[in-house]
Amino acid sequence: MKNHVYRPLFLVIAFVVAVLIAREIVVPEDFGTHEAGYMYGWHRKGNEQEWKDFKVKYQGKDYCKLCHQDKVDKISQTPHVIINCENCHGPAVKMARVDGKIHWKNPTYTKHGEDTFENHIDRTREQCLRCHAKLPYKGSGREWVRGINNTEHNPDMECVMCHNPHSPGFG
Amino acid sequence: MDIASVAQHGMEIHGEAWTVKELFVYPNEFVVWSIQIVMYPYMTGLVAGAFVLSSLYHVFGQKELEKIATFSLAFSFCLLPVAMMPLQLHLQQPFRGTNVFFTPHFTSAIAAFGIVFTTYAFIVASEIWFVYRKFFIDEARRLKGASGLDGIRCMIYNILTLGAYDLSTDALETDHKAAKYLAGVGVPVAAFLHGYAGFIFGSVKANALWMTPLMPVIFIMSAIVSGIALCMLTYICLLEISLIKASVGKGKSENIKSQVRAAQRETIRLTRKYLLMFLVAAISLELLDLIFRGYTAVKSWDILRSVIYERDFNLIFVMQYGLGNLVPFILLLLPRISVKRTVVALVLVMFGVFMMRWNVVIGGQSFSLTFSGFMHYHLPIIPHNWETVKEGLVGALAVIATPYILLVGLNFIIPVVPHFEEKPE
Amino acid sequence: MISRRGFLKYGASALATSGLITTTSGKIFAAAGSGSKDTRWAFLIDTHKCTGCGLCVKACKLENEVPMEANATRTWVERYVIKHDGEVVADSPHAGIDGYTRNDPQGREIPESDIAKSYFVPKLCNQCEKPACVQVCPVGATYQTADGVVLVDRTWCIGCGYCIMACPYGARFFHPVFRVAEKCNWCYHRITKGMDTACVEACSFGARMVGNIMDPNDPLTKIIKTERVSLLKEEYGTSPMAYYIGLDTLVR
Repeated sequence: MKNHVYRPLFLVIAFVVAVLIAREIVVPEDFGTHEAGYMYGWHRKGNEQEWKDFKVKYQGKDYCKLCHQDKVDKISQTPHVIINCENCHGPAVKMARVDGKIHWKNPTYTKHGEDTFENHIDRTREQCLRCHAKLPYKGSGREWVRGINNTEHNPDMECVMCHNPHSPGFG
Repeated sequence: MDIASVAQHGMEIHGEAWTVKELFVYPNEFVVWSIQIVMYPYMTGLVAGAFVLSSLYHVFGQKELEKIATFSLAFSFCLLPVAMMPLQLHLQQPFRGTNVFFTPHFTSAIAAFGIVFTTYAFIVASEIWFVYRKFFIDEARRLKGASGLDGIRCMIYNILTLGAYDLSTDALETDHKAAKYLAGVGVPVAAFLHGYAGFIFGSVKANALWMTPLMPVIFIMSAIVSGIALCMLTYICLLEISLIKASVGKGKSENIKSQVRAAQRETIRLTRKYLLMFLVAAISLELLDLIFRGYTAVKSWDILRSVIYERDFNLIFVMQYGLGNLVPFILLLLPRISVKRTVVALVLVMFGVFMMRWNVVIGGQSFSLTFSGFMHYHLPIIPHNWETVKEGLVGALAVIATPYILLVGLNFIIPVVPHFEEKPE
Repeated sequence: MISRRGFLKYGASALATSGLITTTSGKIFAAAGSGSKDTRWAFLIDTHKCTGCGLCVKACKLENEVPMEANATRTWVERYVIKHDGEVVADSPHAGIDGYTRNDPQGREIPESDIAKSYFVPKLCNQCEKPACVQVCPVGATYQTADGVVLVDRTWCIGCGYCIMACPYGARFFHPVFRVAEKCNWCYHRITKGMDTACVEACSFGARMVGNIMDPNDPLTKIIKTERVSLLKEEYGTSPMAYYIGLDTLVR
């Protein structure tokens, strides 16, 4: 029994081997150093695709045009041409929950108002005030937007009662 | 993401429960590293410090320290798992903690922690094995054939021998050499382990308070201070317990009482100088850091000054430097030191080092990255969910209590509590 | 595991790069690497154009499934009001998600006559060329893609929070549902399909722009090449890739 000194060392080696075996089993195969090098690119490659496959919600004005050319034409005559439809109408995507799981749908396949996620029209005064509340901020972009004094300009009314967002003013 | 499950989970961002913001703070900023990250360097420091104290005997041959050194070794073994515990309690995904072993990213100061820590744990465990191997064999032989609880203990001792029953003079000599060698290797590893914890903070360039190359050295010094203090404190208390035990016994306690008192005085006499030495080193480094920051006064100094000299003045100058450093320093230096006075001083030293960890970890997050706002940390005392249990007072107390529970458990296997026999005059 | 040779090689190339940057100081997007890549995403924010409507923040939260009510966000809008007496009153209540509809920075009403200048500053992840957050991740759960975007692997993050501590911009936070590190990724699922990010799409005033800085014909590249642009907190050495026009020195 001369070499009893090494007994603890055997335990250490067993531990290291166990970790290495576990590592083989647990770590995904595509984990490694990729394009950005070890400092910035040490990761599981498959995750990049997972992020690329993330569901797109906001479709953009061209998408709305496919069915609502008339509305887009109308708003295009006004200063509100710069606003994305989905800023007020909500992202052009719907959600259905089946067995607690989310299923995203494009509205093409469903009727408006059915199983909606966030697809409601924001007609609130607060929505208009985001740009049209007068603020004394010289130098900010707000300077260029026509604004109202929120406490004086018909404070209890919704803006849409007099103004049509698709043709602002009194159209 | 399921919107329904969102509603069930609640919308609280981690850190929101205990953070109060003031003035201009970025929206995503919270005190993310909370009480458990205060506990983590504190506990790691205690492990390192306790080991260094035990090595003073094993490596540097300070013979007078034998008793407390043997105890410190066992105690640092009990503190070991507790250095890991705060991290586990802190992780948002505690079950994935092993990823650090599987895919370590060594550009991160945390990545090698698992490896350094495990190495250190094996060194301490092996040293204990060599120190107590003879004891394991003796016990295994003594309890051979016993039944019940002693039977189980016999089995444990047999396992602990790792099948090495050689008790020849040569073998025992080898044990002694191996223990000495491991204690020698253990000192730099212990220092590295804790200096490393300091590096985790010191290397965060986004944090104006943390970022200093002095951080690892400051951490090592204060670690040794707190480790020695805790070992002294616990040892003196254990002696006190053996004293009470003796008093409760058959009344022939006078002899034992004088032995215990002598042991306590001896412990204080021997360890006090080491404690004072490291205390001076720790305070000097901390003050150097402070003076340097004030003198160079870079962009972040404005906000740091308002944190250090105004908002956290009481925490830093009154509680940490005053109550935690200066008062115990004077108490330990004054002549004719008594056991009671030492205990008070040791408790204050422990408190001072804890406050230092608090002022670094929480203080470093008490100002915003904007340098124009502040965050206040409110330690959750009465928990309202799992998060405020583990990252609140309850979690912190659990961490503090664990080494003592382990010490009691360990005492069933190896004799940790000092034992005194009636000695002839 | 990095090999010793690889490590030396890395060190050498890092030295070479730093030499290049000092000798060619003034070269735009020196930070964007060797130039051998065909795609390197970059962002451009014109603070003159921002009105503080907050629709970008709202769109971002819906697009990227960060709960609306959660007090953390991938992008946010800050308000700076500077008074004639020099006092700076800045804030970003609820990240600006509801828009700025009242003159109440930090809850104080500042009379118009006291205001010297004022502006809004949209913020988001800078997708740094040398991201401090990625450097400190202990497990490789956050990383930089070949085209320069920093992503988080939600299945691998252990939730230590080191990346949150390491980011000088406050761009990171813990996702309240997944309980892992969360950050803006410039809508990686959109830009890789040739779309704009959700915040760019939502901005009516063209204050935000995303593009490929390696493409000389990209409108973003043209602006960065010809206009006076600046970056946030360059002193941290992270080489941020979100450029700003009209960035005041008081912006934090």
